[in-house]
Amino acid sequence: MAIGVTTTPEKTKPSGSIINDPQVRGIFYQVLTLVVLAAFVYWVADNTIENLKRANIASGYDFLNGRAGFDVGQSLIAYTSDSTYQRALIVGLLNTLLVAVCGIFTATIIGFAVGIGRLSHNWLIAKLSLAYVEIFRNIPPLLVIFFWYSGVLAILPQPRESAALPLNMFLNNRGLAFPKPIFGDGSLYTVLAFVLAIVASFLLARYARKKQEATGQRFPVLWTSLGLIIGLPLLVFLATGSPITFDVPIAGKFNLTGGSVIGPEFLSLFLALSFYTAAFIAEIVRAGIRGVSKGQTEAAHALGVRPGLTTRLVVVPQALRIIIPPLTSQYLNLTKNSSLAVAIGYADLVAVGGTILNQTGQSIEIVTIWIVVYLSLSLATSLFMNWFNARMALVER
Amino acid sequence: MAKRILTALVGAAVMGIGTQAASGATLDDVKAKGFVQCGVNTGLAGFAAPDASGNWSGFDVDYCKAIAAAIFADGSKVKYTPTSAKERFPALQSGEVDVLARNTTWTINRDTALGFNFRPVNYYDGQGFMVRKGLNVKSALELSGAAVCVQTGTTTELNLADYFKSNNLQYNPVVFEKLEEVNAAYDAGRCDVYTTDQSGLYSLRLTLSKPDDHMILPEIISKEPLGPAVRQGDDQWFDIVSWVHYALIQAEDFGITQANVEEMKKSANPDVQRFLGVEADSKIGTDLGLTNEWAVNIIKAVGNYGEVFDRNIGAGSPLKIERGLNALWSKGGIQYAPPVR
Repeated sequence: MAIGVTTTPEKTKPSGSIINDPQVRGIFYQVLTLVVLAAFVYWVADNTIENLKRANIASGYDFLNGRAGFDVGQSLIAYTSDSTYQRALIVGLLNTLLVAVCGIFTATIIGFAVGIGRLSHNWLIAKLSLAYVEIFRNIPPLLVIFFWYSGVLAILPQPRESAALPLNMFLNNRGLAFPKPIFGDGSLYTVLAFVLAIVASFLLARYARKKQEATGQRFPVLWTSLGLIIGLPLLVFLATGSPITFDVPIAGKFNLTGGSVIGPEFLSLFLALSFYTAAFIAEIVRAGIRGVSKGQTEAAHALGVRPGLTTRLVVVPQALRIIIPPLTSQYLNLTKNSSLAVAIGYADLVAVGGTILNQTGQSIEIVTIWIVVYLSLSLATSLFMNWFNARMALVER
Repeated sequence: MAKRILTALVGAAVMGIGTQAASGATLDDVKAKGFVQCGVNTGLAGFAAPDASGNWSGFDVDYCKAIAAAIFADGSKVKYTPTSAKERFPALQSGEVDVLARNTTWTINRDTALGFNFRPVNYYDGQGFMVRKGLNVKSALELSGAAVCVQTGTTTELNLADYFKSNNLQYNPVVFEKLEEVNAAYDAGRCDVYTTDQSGLYSLRLTLSKPDDHMILPEIISKEPLGPAVRQGDDQWFDIVSWVHYALIQAEDFGITQANVEEMKKSANPDVQRFLGVEADSKIGTDLGLTNEWAVNIIKAVGNYGEVFDRNIGAGSPLKIERGLNALWSKGGIQYAPPVR
């Protein structure tokens, strides 16, 4: 076959046959590898299908419409044991997303704080940051999760001795219970006012920036926005006759009843992932800041820019270009590490999928779903971060 | 190359014949190798667990010993294969073990699709609940609003959901993949209730930091008949394993114990004489493929059913499980043996 491909005998070297042509050989070996690989994949797939048939195991995704029959402890959407397997998987996926998003948010904040702290001239802050990074970076994430879980369970009081917190919140080893808002008639206006206030704040910030660029005059954006976001919904709330009430948790027979609860599984997983990943982010941030040439800071100082503003307006924007690509992999790691939830009973995608796998025996299908979901999550995160990176890239004027 | 394929083919054929022979006459196979290969739990206190020096003991282990005693007149001629929940069925299917005595629930699926035979139920179990005594709960129907610890991927998890739903009770499931994780979470007070097979609850209670602070509720919400399993296709072996259990029950019924078995041989009761093989021209043992002393050997090795129960899981053990359904039919239970005649 490879011989037929080469049709220009004039161009090959006059002496020696085609077999010795390195280019032809290269193509030949590549084609061979591809064929072997394809044959292997086909063989594996064919064998699997044959074996499944022989073992009378039904394959396909029809089982997803069956009744789940088991309950899930934590769910963001309505779910009972009468729901389908498909819905159970969605419950798991949402739980994974919830802990990943919350974790990424907190890890970024802690990571930036610690990373900048390591560069501080204050001896105590620098050393504390160093200790933080070295401790959390060098413990396997699973141990950090166990540490938080057993810590949370051991330290927090039993339900009957719940610790009362302000705003009718209670803390015990079943989690953090807080009042649940009940939206009555007319509460829509309050929500609308809230959204409106946020949009208005954004527009205000843009206007203020343009004004400053044009005239040099500054506008107190922060205070105006705060007043807008808090004041406007409050005003509407009172005007419509206080339609939102709160369902306050009260002591029940076993545990507090009413209100909403954040379980200890979520709390410990969220804390563990945030603290663990933050240690790596701190190092990335430190590297990024160090990567900005010292001349930039000196130039800013020479222009009379204050140190705080120098960091915010000169150093960090340039450091971000170095920080973002490795930061992306940390975000991906955090999302993937959230699958360790199974060890402490947090109902994430892997835990719920594992239950379904055991109940239905559809192992290949479940594993495929896991792979596809995590792959999609990771690719989506990458795409977003690439877009963000492109936006942050140095724009030369 | 061709030679290698030929060797492989011959090997496969020989192995095929080997397995055939094993499933055809397990008794001959066992007699030839000189011991019974018995599949047991990897370690469930009271049912099957090795001590520090590797000696196995427990309720299921005594069944292995009883089978060995019936065949060899020596209860020690057993080799144990510890199996996890996942490994147990392949181990029996492949012929790695001769009999599976591993607190295994008899279900129609296992009896048919998996190719096993079950008959006697040596322990009538069911799913139960354990709670802290301090909660003052007397019945499972008072559990509405409780947090329940359960192992994931088990029938237990499904029974739990069905029970609470059919009784209109609310609960908050806390699920873990491994048994040890469920234990730790319950012990740490993460949940109010622990649910699994009731016999398992008694066994697990011993591992808690303060076993006396916990109680097991009377309700049983599922049927879990546990018993020894063998492969389909060998009726003689199936009969032997079944009748070892019935002999233990029969012995308790007659009041024959490990201590008085020799005396009882002199009993004037013809039923007892027939059972112990001292009746003239008795063929009961030989018809099973064993000796007429088979029942005597079993009782000498492990005692009667009541003794086996008390020693391992009942009043004489740390588990202190009540006989309940496992009492003889004449004493309010459902343990019953067909007549030895």
